[in-house]
Amino acid sequence: MTQTTTARIATLKSSVPVENARQRKRPLLPLFFWIVTGITMVPILVMILYSFNNTPTSRITFSWSGFTLYWYENLTQVDGLGQAFLVSVEVAVLSALVSVALGTPLAMALERHRFLARGPLSGVVFADIAAPSIVVGAASLSFFLSSNIPTGFGTILLVHVAFNIAYVVVVLRARLSGMGHALEDAAADLGATPFAAFWRVTFPLLIPGMLAGGLLSLAMSIDDYVITSFVAGPTVTFPLFVYGAAKVGLPPQVLCFGTIIFVVGVVIAVLNGILTRRLPVAPVVDVEAPLPE
Amino acid sequence: MRDEAWLRGLTEARVSRRTVLRGVGAGAGLLTLSAILSACGIRGSIAAQSQEKVDWTKYWASHKKTGQLDFANWPLYIDEDHGKSPSLELFTKETGIQVDYQPVIQNNAPFYATVSPELRAHEATGYDIVVMTNGWELTEMINNGFVAELDHSRLPNFAKYAAASVKSPNYDPGNKHSLVWQTGLTGIAYDSRQITRPITSFDDLLDPAFKGHVGMMNDNTELGSAGLLALGIDPATSTPADWKKAAGWLRKQSPNVSGYYDQSYIDKLQNGDTWITQAWSGDVFQAIAGGHKHLKFVTPKEGQMIWHDNMMIPRQAEHPVDALEWMNFYYTPKVAAMVEDWVNYVCPVPAAKAYIKNQLDDPDVANSPLIFPDSSIDTASHNFYVYKNYDEYQLWNDTFNPIIES
Amino acid sequence: MTAIQATAPAASPTPGPAAPVRDGARKRWWLRHTTPYLLSLAGGAWLVILFIIPLVSGLVVSLETGNPDDGYTFTWNWGVYGSLFVNSDVSYLTFFLRSLGYGVSATLLTIVIGYPMAYFIAFRVSARWKNTLLLLVLISFLVSFVIRTDMWAFLLSDQGPVLTALRWAHLASKDFHILGTPGAVIGGIVYNDLAFMVLPIYAVLERLDARLLEAASDLYANRPQVFLRTVLPLSRSGIFAGVLLVFIDAVGDPVNASLLGGTHTYVIGQAIQDAYLTNQQYNVAAALSTVLMVVLGIILFAYARIAGTENIEDLV
Repeated sequence: MTQTTTARIATLKSSVPVENARQRKRPLLPLFFWIVTGITMVPILVMILYSFNNTPTSRITFSWSGFTLYWYENLTQVDGLGQAFLVSVEVAVLSALVSVALGTPLAMALERHRFLARGPLSGVVFADIAAPSIVVGAASLSFFLSSNIPTGFGTILLVHVAFNIAYVVVVLRARLSGMGHALEDAAADLGATPFAAFWRVTFPLLIPGMLAGGLLSLAMSIDDYVITSFVAGPTVTFPLFVYGAAKVGLPPQVLCFGTIIFVVGVVIAVLNGILTRRLPVAPVVDVEAPLPE
Repeated sequence: MRDEAWLRGLTEARVSRRTVLRGVGAGAGLLTLSAILSACGIRGSIAAQSQEKVDWTKYWASHKKTGQLDFANWPLYIDEDHGKSPSLELFTKETGIQVDYQPVIQNNAPFYATVSPELRAHEATGYDIVVMTNGWELTEMINNGFVAELDHSRLPNFAKYAAASVKSPNYDPGNKHSLVWQTGLTGIAYDSRQITRPITSFDDLLDPAFKGHVGMMNDNTELGSAGLLALGIDPATSTPADWKKAAGWLRKQSPNVSGYYDQSYIDKLQNGDTWITQAWSGDVFQAIAGGHKHLKFVTPKEGQMIWHDNMMIPRQAEHPVDALEWMNFYYTPKVAAMVEDWVNYVCPVPAAKAYIKNQLDDPDVANSPLIFPDSSIDTASHNFYVYKNYDEYQLWNDTFNPIIES
Repeated sequence: MTAIQATAPAASPTPGPAAPVRDGARKRWWLRHTTPYLLSLAGGAWLVILFIIPLVSGLVVSLETGNPDDGYTFTWNWGVYGSLFVNSDVSYLTFFLRSLGYGVSATLLTIVIGYPMAYFIAFRVSARWKNTLLLLVLISFLVSFVIRTDMWAFLLSDQGPVLTALRWAHLASKDFHILGTPGAVIGGIVYNDLAFMVLPIYAVLERLDARLLEAASDLYANRPQVFLRTVLPLSRSGIFAGVLLVFIDAVGDPVNASLLGGTHTYVIGQAIQDAYLTNQQYNVAAALSTVLMVVLGIILFAYARIAGTENIEDLV
């Protein structure tokens, strides 16, 4: 009797969907999902498709004029496109590195310690994420104008790090709170100083979180248009370039760049999915749970 | 007997050490803030003008050719062949100077707003040549000492080949600071597939048959001038009262308009979103040459605007001598013809006409009165209004910006 | 930390002279109290200098008077705020209200579209495929959003594929156009912010205990009732988090309005951009930005109260 009840509860607890049995008779929800997902993919597919279009005018047009790889072969033909892309990548990588370096200790302080400035600092980090880009960009420009700092690559980097720190802190705080104190306490029990406990126990566990935060920063920085438009000055980043180039008609090379980035991103995501499924995951010890019978 | 604790609670001040510290901190913060604030401000262009007079002979003597040129220009403004510019390539071949060509200027005001923090701080903008239309921003740059005085001893070709109309214009006497890159016309362009009747006047922009398919420019100099011309007023001699009337006309037109566009007006015309629009002459000719044969450019009967886009060298440019070399290289019949054959604006080098006709074998361009005009263009063309001071400029903006930002 | 302190004295041998123990204790006290400050120094300083101070700087610039020629000087000019709304040539109030309207519409639409999607992934999909489907929802973000919005502008233009097909199928009149309407702008915002709604709702739904739904139907609830009275209230925090992210982004966004809009879709984000980057009216621009920030801040706190929490951070 107990065994079947236990078994039933176990079945319920597993992630078997509740309404599995009746799924086939209610296709509305899946249909809705796939239609919406399809619509979200439409611009991507159009972008990929038209990057192969052999337009005569070197600007994208509606009519299909034949398949060609010419635009891929001549990616840097468009004045300023390659340079803008490089600037974007530089800013993104640098800001990701700096924001992870600054955000990790900040996240540790906020999550693991209790101190007077904790409340205000948490509030500042939250405000940084919640603040609309237009306000942040406008405020940053006001600041640079008032301080007579000429806008350019440096100011872009400064502001990107400022908003990336918040993303890194949020990701890491989530990781840290999920980790719990158990492992560090165990390390201390085994005679480790706080620093040694951090370096040999916490830090290795934080690395995936730091990586995640870094990648998130990278993505947010490379795609940022609004804030960058305020503080870029004469420097041109990739989103700024695309925005300007669209006015006289987008050159197909822009679509090629977009397609390449998209494909690279998909490959990385798929690889990540495969790896996390295949590799054994180190179990996190939950010291509060009762030992299994 | 009253509760002592209650009495204590009533009479003791709720001031703890923490509150006092917080108050002191806040007060100190406010004081420093006020001190900083009173020193705050954004430096203006006039204030940023350096007080010392620049010795231009020394300036040009101290700079040498570097082999690099950063050239900022408008889009669709140089010859293009599969992403490369033949004229720039020829320049590189003959002088060894590498050119980084950046078509980043979408409109005068946004570009000027982008580079003015650098200019005011006397920092390099990253460009050696910038191309600005005659108007407020250009006058600002000249008056505030943001651009270098040209060394005409190194510009013999300009003296030899430039058209009379671009020598010593009223906005830059003696060409001290600028040389014309192209002269342009602002008229009306329309899509003859959608609009079958002839277009002749600004009143056609009011035609309700075109509702939702009319494009106008969001450059308020162009927009305001169009409104003035539509009412038969010459913009160059107009008064603020005229501006209000022009704004009224534009407001009347506004329900017809699908959008106020910057350079993107040409994209909208080409892809069919707009059927009729304010347009720059060269853009339309380039579109026609690029395959959109159904587009047409017309000079309205009330007149068109004529303006000059001018090459200037920012004072803190890193490669000014190379910039001067390009300017001299450009003002020859051959190079000007190469550029003109593609760009199709009004050419500042009359001798290029023969080159285009003979060497480039393009009689359509050579014979076009909108590219190599005769004197009759003067009657149909009008200049922009020249502002006397910032307040007038502000008044113009306040009159016409509300139409664009609505 | 307590574990370390408890063990350290025990680890040392029999207490020696008083001075070393007191020094050790003071050192540990000092370390314990300054460590968080040292850790947060660099990051916190960066945030304060490059995020908080610019916000203050925005307020300061708004109170300045002048023009680009003569420069701007600080004059405590509170009148600029009044001049934005009263007797203003440019109707900034209209832009504010319009932006708020677009924000509300976009948020409601993302809830209507995003909730079913999150529900589908959380409840109707086996565990194997959940991550993959989530990835599908997110994958369009790999492409720069300027390119994506440009592609929509390309697709939805009057002679573009979508409208040509609609006209061919006689579903649209010759005059019908999509671009330039408020609908296009709102659609663009919804498209770009959909994932911000799907993810928080999914995260909450995923944590939902399936037994609760089973219990509800055991108590004679039919399917709609199970949803309305069990799932929906429990997923409230996810909806609230999503609304936060989408609404804030939608109200301030200038890109969708400028790429997909036309006349009479001019929003406050564009006004701020133009004031800074075209007209160089820095004081007006900063004033607009400050008003936007304050208005959004007020809405946020009111919202947090409605959501039932004192601390708005708990929502995210």
